[in-house]
Amino acid sequence: MAGAPSQNRQRTRIWLSMGGLFSWLAQVGAVTWLNLKNVRQRLGASLATVVGVAGVVMVFVGVLSMAVGFQRTLESTGRDDGVIVLRGGATGEMSSGLTLEETRIIGDAPGILSNAEGRVASAEVFAIVGVPKRSTGTDVNVPMRGVDQQAFAVRESIELVEGRRFEPGRNEVIVGTTAVREFEGLELGSKLNWGEVEWTVVGIFAAGGSADESEIWADAKVLQPAFRRGTSFSSVHLRLESPQSFTALKDALTTDPRLTVNVFQASEFYAEQSQTMTALIRGVGYLVGALMAVGAVFGALNTMYSAVSSRTREIATLRAIGFGAGPVMISVLVESLALALTGGVIGAAVAYMLFNGFTAATMNFQNFSQVAFAFAVTPQLLTQGAIFALVMGLVGGFFPAFRAARLPVATALRRL
Amino acid sequence: MKYLHLIRCNLTRKKLRTSFTVLSIFVSFLLFGLLVALRTGFGQGVEVAGLNRLLTVHKVSMIQFLPIKYLGFIEAVEGVEAVTHWTWFGGYYQDRRNQLIMFATDAQGFVEVFDEYEIPIEQQQSWLANRTSIVVGHSVAKRFGWEIGDRVPINTQMWFQADGSPTWEFDIAGIIGAGESGNDGQVYMHYDYLKQAGPFTEIVQQPEGVGDELGAVSMIYLKIDDPDRAAEIVEEIDSHFANSPAETKTSTEKAWAQGFANQVGDLATIVTAIVSVVFFTLLLVAGNTMAQSVRERTAELGVLKTLGFSDRKIMALVLAEAFILAVVGGLPGLAVADFVTSRITLGVAFIPQIYIPTRELWIGVALVALLGLVTGVLPAWQALRLRIVNALASG
Repeated sequence: MAGAPSQNRQRTRIWLSMGGLFSWLAQVGAVTWLNLKNVRQRLGASLATVVGVAGVVMVFVGVLSMAVGFQRTLESTGRDDGVIVLRGGATGEMSSGLTLEETRIIGDAPGILSNAEGRVASAEVFAIVGVPKRSTGTDVNVPMRGVDQQAFAVRESIELVEGRRFEPGRNEVIVGTTAVREFEGLELGSKLNWGEVEWTVVGIFAAGGSADESEIWADAKVLQPAFRRGTSFSSVHLRLESPQSFTALKDALTTDPRLTVNVFQASEFYAEQSQTMTALIRGVGYLVGALMAVGAVFGALNTMYSAVSSRTREIATLRAIGFGAGPVMISVLVESLALALTGGVIGAAVAYMLFNGFTAATMNFQNFSQVAFAFAVTPQLLTQGAIFALVMGLVGGFFPAFRAARLPVATALRRL
Repeated sequence: MKYLHLIRCNLTRKKLRTSFTVLSIFVSFLLFGLLVALRTGFGQGVEVAGLNRLLTVHKVSMIQFLPIKYLGFIEAVEGVEAVTHWTWFGGYYQDRRNQLIMFATDAQGFVEVFDEYEIPIEQQQSWLANRTSIVVGHSVAKRFGWEIGDRVPINTQMWFQADGSPTWEFDIAGIIGAGESGNDGQVYMHYDYLKQAGPFTEIVQQPEGVGDELGAVSMIYLKIDDPDRAAEIVEEIDSHFANSPAETKTSTEKAWAQGFANQVGDLATIVTAIVSVVFFTLLLVAGNTMAQSVRERTAELGVLKTLGFSDRKIMALVLAEAFILAVVGGLPGLAVADFVTSRITLGVAFIPQIYIPTRELWIGVALVALLGLVTGVLPAWQALRLRIVNALASG
């Protein structure tokens, strides 16, 4: 029984401090609520902040979604169990060349998957044809690839959506779905004149959204004479029994005295191709985003400072009747964060509606030809946009909040 | 002039707001400058293409080779003053990422066809005299710190020396002046030197039957005497080679440059579109703040009027204030953008140098003035119409 009074006292103390916390929270709630309710009175300036932040987030997300889409397209082109063999020193198919003999030696290397028709390896010829782009009407470089029938086994994602495959030995081509969409005159049944030969489009293929869909395919043996390539090839694309056999294959090929070749894992090869362009787009996105953010933060600061100064009397009155500096400060911060987040959400939503799935074609400098890709506004990008907005709100609200908290009550009231 | 003090007092009344406004304007114009530079980078060459220059490439695509003997016919076409040819070398310096826009050319024809390129005559002569020499664009030389007389090793993935080496040594004979063209990011070597390329190269790069030995080139440039006859000359060349193993496609340099820019196309357009939207959004926000600051002072303007300031004088005061804000923010923004863009390279081949063309700089300056006018004119007009009684009452 002796401990009871002290226990009671302790409980009281806890209650009191809890009460303090509650009343502090209640203060924060009250002031913040009052604040947010009054935003309407400062609509013009608040709207300017919202629009500014929305614009920044929209552009930021939009530009980065372009980079993500480009990267995704190229990365989905290469599989882990895919391998690309080029001439030694070459890093792209454009600057590579292999003789028929060399492609045969490569096809016999260990670790390559086999199917009913033999080794899953395709010796390919990479060429470029000029085709008008729909959006501009001017000729652009479209990749044209001569392949072996095994190419379809190397890239399992290839799927004919219209027509049929080209027949070996005939002047027939199949065209990727994005190529049909981005470039003129490649529809099923079209006749095309490239390299002294008339080609007929006999099929349209999809390839799981990869860069292959931007290409035109024909039989390598028909392409070689038409493009005067003799019996030479650009590359060998092959598929491994498993991704683990890559090292063994690479060692076998690079130590073979009859060959001087570069061996790439397909996944890495295409990831690297996307790097330059992705880095450039990302750089533009971050630079532009950062610069605009500076402008938007100035806008937010302006808005919040004038909000604080127009509420001088109100804040001073609140302080005079017992509201603490903390709740006043937090209320200003919350208002700024709320405005920025509203802008951020609007900006991200607009970016999603405008850009997600938007397709564009650009030059892949590594092989000097067009690659079409779809913008990808991912959840990560949307989150990044929202966080970016909150950071702008925080910076834009912090200093005005500080000023509000330090407002000298007596002077402010005297101005009444 | 005596009103300057008044304007200064008005601007420094709310220092913080004034500086924020100035800074947002600064950032907007910095962005404008960078954007213009980027766009120029993507669309390089379109602006500077000579009207009297045509070029001929293989009809199927620009990577196919043309027989060098085609030059003979083209040179003889009436109205053609000079011809030269370019062949893509695919060179890079030290690191693969330092890719060069490098062509092998017929130097004598080159200096005739590209006669506006700024190469001092003695450098030109030393280039013509030395088979292993190159002339390099001003910005390339600056980027790698190259000077005339230097001997530089350049690697290529496409052409190999007879011994199989991918490394070629070059003497720098001349530097192509920066000029206004911005077309100074390229390197030109002698085609005769390229002929040294070993036999292995021929298997890869030399399509059989196109020429004798190493007789193939990427493109042929020609200078014509009368731009109005371009269409006829194009027709004459292309119809002559029609139905031959290597059909040709001839176009004006401008159309070609535009077509090449379109290859990068969409990307540049999209970036341009969204960034310009934001440029104007930011200006709108800044403009709103400027207009607001004048509105807040309605009562004061009334006082000035009471003191005998004429309507016009008050309007001028308000306009001047807006102008000063725009100029103090905008011009440094443009200047910094110009400074930055003239000193960085993107590290992407084909977009070697970004810069702001003088014309676009002036557009920027005009936009600065327009901003001052637009943000000042509405409050100034309100100030003009202000009746003293109302103005004083609003305080």
